[in-house]
Amino acid sequence: MISIGPTYLLYYVPLIVSISLVFGATRHEDTQTILKHAFYTARWVTGFMFVIFIVLLMLNWML
Amino acid sequence: MSNSGTVIQVDDQKIDLKNRRLAAFLAWLLPGAGHYYQGRHTKGSLYLVCILTTWIVGFALGGGHVVYASWQPGDKRWHYFLQAGVGAAALPALVQGNHMRKATENGRTRPGYQPLWGGFMAPPYRPVVEDHPDEIAAWYAQYGAGYEMGTWYTMIAGLLNILVIYDAYSGPLSVPISGRKKKDDEDEPAEAASGDQADTKVASTNGAEANA
Repeated sequence: MISIGPTYLLYYVPLIVSISLVFGATRHEDTQTILKHAFYTARWVTGFMFVIFIVLLMLNWML
Repeated sequence: MSNSGTVIQVDDQKIDLKNRRLAAFLAWLLPGAGHYYQGRHTKGSLYLVCILTTWIVGFALGGGHVVYASWQPGDKRWHYFLQAGVGAAALPALVQGNHMRKATENGRTRPGYQPLWGGFMAPPYRPVVEDHPDEIAAWYAQYGAGYEMGTWYTMIAGLLNILVIYDAYSGPLSVPISGRKKKDDEDEPAEAASGDQADTKVASTNGAEANA
């Protein structure tokens, strides 16, 4: 079903932390706002990727 | 962001961008250095840790071979343009690349060539031909997915630093339109009470008016 091992998903963790924090920090100056923005970004990206994952999974079942 | 010379105001904080070009250059040279120069220590530290960690982790995942400069047939390393976004950390690759270029004749590495610094950021021996057992193939075989992921990590770190350079040059980017409306709704009472508003908030008000 998935061509890579689930442990490969761990590569995602440091990336999303780093990207979210930097992305948030380039839009705000206040630390609390940066953290909040970073959290929303991480949630959005993760959710988006999860939706893509589900779509691909369904396509895999159907085809 | 209300501009007054080099002083801007964001999130109710006044920031002196000082010499913007110097700050941008420092930000490229070492992630976060431009912000330290401007006295924005928290953000400087955040950038330094996040970007350099991503870059170093990527470098280690690929066994130290993911960052190198080469523009030879079969090995046009375009990734380096993005990896070089982190500045000084990627510069040794240029020296190694030049060293290899001088030791390359008719697309082949001359016998007796020795890379500098024990091969740190050195390009692979030439020729590099797709589907042939060259040095890149050996790196892929040795590090597997780590080589691919390492390349991505280092490229992403370089790209992130481009945002940081912009931040050092002209302050935080404006909040995207999708985030403005929500922020507007939350901040409306506070805005009415406060006379001095940050530009991001003013922009969001304008955005809401435009939408209406």
